[in-house]
Amino acid sequence: MKKLNILFAALLGLGLNYSYAQTPKGSVLIKNATVLTVTKGNLQNADVLVQDGIIKQVGQNLTAPSGVQTIDATGKYVMPGIIDAHSHVALDVINEASAPITSEVRMKDVVNPFEIGIYRALAGGVTISHAMHGSANVIGGQNATLKHRWGAKDPAEIIMQDAPRTIKFALGENPTRVHGRGNGIQPRTRMGVEAVLRNGFNEALQYKKAWETYNTAKTQKGNTVTPPVYSERLQTLADILDGKIIVHCHSYRADEIYMLINVAKDFGIKKLVFQHTNEGFKVAPEIAEYTMGASVFADWWAYKMEVYYSTAYNAAILQRNGAITSINSDSAELIRHLYHEAAKTQRYGGLTDDEALAMITLNPAKQLGIDDKVGSIEVGKQADLVIFEGHPLSSYAVPQMTFVDGVKYFDIKTDKDDQRQYVSASEMVEPIFLHGEENHQCLQDVDAYFEAFQGAFFEHKH
Amino acid sequence: MNRILKTFCASLLALLPVEAMAQIDGEFVKPRSGKFLLQNATVVTVTKGTLTNTSVLIENGKIAQVGTGISSAGAEVIDCTGMFIYPGMIDSGTRLGLVEVSSVPETVDYEEVGNVTPNMQALTTVNPNSEAIGVTRVSGVTTVLTVPTGGLFSGTAALINLNGYTPDQMYGGYKAVVMNFPSSGRRGRFDRRSDEDIKKEAEKAMKEANEIWENAKNYLALKKSGAELQYYPEMDQLSKVISGELPLLIVVDAASDIQNAIKWVEGKNIKVVFSGVAEGWRVADEIAKAGIPVITGPVQELPTRQSDRYDTPYANAGKMAKAGVKVALRTDEEENVRNLPFHAAFAAAYGLGKEEALKAVTINPAEIFGVADQYGSVEAGKRANLIVSTGDPLETRTQIIHVFIDGYRVPMSNRHIRLYQEFLERSPGLKAN
Repeated sequence: MKKLNILFAALLGLGLNYSYAQTPKGSVLIKNATVLTVTKGNLQNADVLVQDGIIKQVGQNLTAPSGVQTIDATGKYVMPGIIDAHSHVALDVINEASAPITSEVRMKDVVNPFEIGIYRALAGGVTISHAMHGSANVIGGQNATLKHRWGAKDPAEIIMQDAPRTIKFALGENPTRVHGRGNGIQPRTRMGVEAVLRNGFNEALQYKKAWETYNTAKTQKGNTVTPPVYSERLQTLADILDGKIIVHCHSYRADEIYMLINVAKDFGIKKLVFQHTNEGFKVAPEIAEYTMGASVFADWWAYKMEVYYSTAYNAAILQRNGAITSINSDSAELIRHLYHEAAKTQRYGGLTDDEALAMITLNPAKQLGIDDKVGSIEVGKQADLVIFEGHPLSSYAVPQMTFVDGVKYFDIKTDKDDQRQYVSASEMVEPIFLHGEENHQCLQDVDAYFEAFQGAFFEHKH
Repeated sequence: MNRILKTFCASLLALLPVEAMAQIDGEFVKPRSGKFLLQNATVVTVTKGTLTNTSVLIENGKIAQVGTGISSAGAEVIDCTGMFIYPGMIDSGTRLGLVEVSSVPETVDYEEVGNVTPNMQALTTVNPNSEAIGVTRVSGVTTVLTVPTGGLFSGTAALINLNGYTPDQMYGGYKAVVMNFPSSGRRGRFDRRSDEDIKKEAEKAMKEANEIWENAKNYLALKKSGAELQYYPEMDQLSKVISGELPLLIVVDAASDIQNAIKWVEGKNIKVVFSGVAEGWRVADEIAKAGIPVITGPVQELPTRQSDRYDTPYANAGKMAKAGVKVALRTDEEENVRNLPFHAAFAAAYGLGKEEALKAVTINPAEIFGVADQYGSVEAGKRANLIVSTGDPLETRTQIIHVFIDGYRVPMSNRHIRLYQEFLERSPGLKAN
């Protein structure tokens, strides 16, 4: 028997290695809830039927097929799984701060499925997060879109494999501080940031041309051409130019946002989302016209100079000007209550319930290129769902259950005190973190470059 | 489409406070005092129940009357039908006014050099014109404790009202010396000291604290005996804590530190308040037994340990209150003190309850600070720190319509609102006109 188990385990191991896509899928019938579909209005006393991870039916008086569990959600609210378009949860490292362009770096190589932050995000109704490279470089690494399948041991299992590629860019204080002031190389100014971008893309154009020339030449009979040197860095930039990667750019000031819009126009880059975008409200018409919108904080401001002239009405102004707008966290703490952050657009600008909810569901899905799969409660979409006690936009709301692909990963009733899956063998005593453990991580891992700044540097990382 | 958008925007603007809209070029709306009659509201007094169809008269900076049929003679009448009146909220731990932009050291004034600097006065460095003050008060937070940080004895915190042109005009009548209790916890992941080093440093700091305390006691004894003393402002300030003239605000978070702090305070016969108290729920009964009031928060914060339930910071205030601890809340914030009501709402939802949560940002801090005769409820004779809102001020979508601080009607505007007004419909828009 024991041997058989080992055999099974070995087979299972093989299975995991060779079929990343076989992620858990569940079936469930949620009954009698107020269903906030985000795209198709609110349904009272309605049911949502999920089979094999897909929403099959939304309506009234649905019955559960045999073997499908029914959950009574009378008096509760169901909304689409919350999507955080800016997070660093479940990443072992954040910044490859060694050069102003590091497009070859991939966050999917440093995904840590054991991080407790994933569970804490689930407990706040967040089913998908955009695990981003940090903001040290003008062109940083490629991000990973994660599905919060808590309990997975293989990093590949929490990566949303059917999400398109995205990459991190960063403008303003962070790249100029790290490279210009820190290392004495360009960029030290916002002029330099533009130059780094234009130089990079022009080099990528030459690189593309070299490969095109080679690919044509090698089909000629008797040719003796040798291929150009392969560069993952330049190939990634070429992929951006070819529209294969969505750019997500850390930005704050209106001038730098406007600059990147112009650079993108010049190079024909259409897939562009701004992140943070605190002064986005000043160039809202331009963001609406030329980009895939902005992903912003609900109310953060004044923690550094480039966000001093911010307004909590930013999201409302962007929304009213027609820009796709989402509310993000960039924080292991904020990610736990994005439903509340979205509600702040009602205090600051009076947005409707649907508009506010779209900012943490459909709109970030659009910005990540996954709105055909998630972001609303619609038949055919992946069954990422949250059940709330109280309307999710109420400050008294309490998430009750969170589902990813129809599988329940959080249930307030069965929540254990200690949800860790992995305990560090090197820690004798569990550390107590008194001021949040790495709340804000955009500039994490660049400390080696900044010994002189010491503690003060760590306070301000967005 | 454009017309729809414009109509929508116009209706949105209509929601904005009247004063803000009435602004014309070159005009600035100032806070103004006077006799105001807030008529026909639902008054949530906090201490004396909720009164419907009730009016509140403000005169000479005070709440003159709360009731029905109050004469409007000589008063500016503000119709509050359908509205709610609450006491102004109190944030019991902030750095408001002490910092403008936290990453720009030249604007950061809350942390002085030195380990023993109890004589550093937060009130001195309060900038009445800090942008964050205007941003904060329109949320209904009218009063905050502003607290210096760093070292063992950081300085002296001060209660301030969020209106006035000098620190003295803002001063709210309570000061406390801040002590950071020697800690066995980590300051964050970047704190790479070994467990042993942390323990050693905490022990060393405790020893030092005790020595300083003994010195201060001696200083006080000499002072009382009329001895000629050298100028020693640090000892002078600490001696005021020992004599009971000033309370001690002990910042302490880890459970074992809280226990140590309780022991340390025992027999000292001083006025003590604990602040922070992130792990208070672990030792709630001991805190209750010691009878030490607690200022806790931020509520929207991560658990202190990886093994903790995700909601421990949300539930902390409620657990302590249930154990019998008197609890007030703080944001520990600077620019986002305006989120105090939301911290309170989270505490309410996770065990504190709505009524107690409201008390934790009104009457409880007033009582802890010994100023309940002036603050924390809507009662005749108290300072006119009031808010008029469309509903529960802890609820996100609620709009705060009027704010009165010390009887001054403060303009419901600030830079965030002005930027909204300018940029909602930018002109020129996309194309140059």
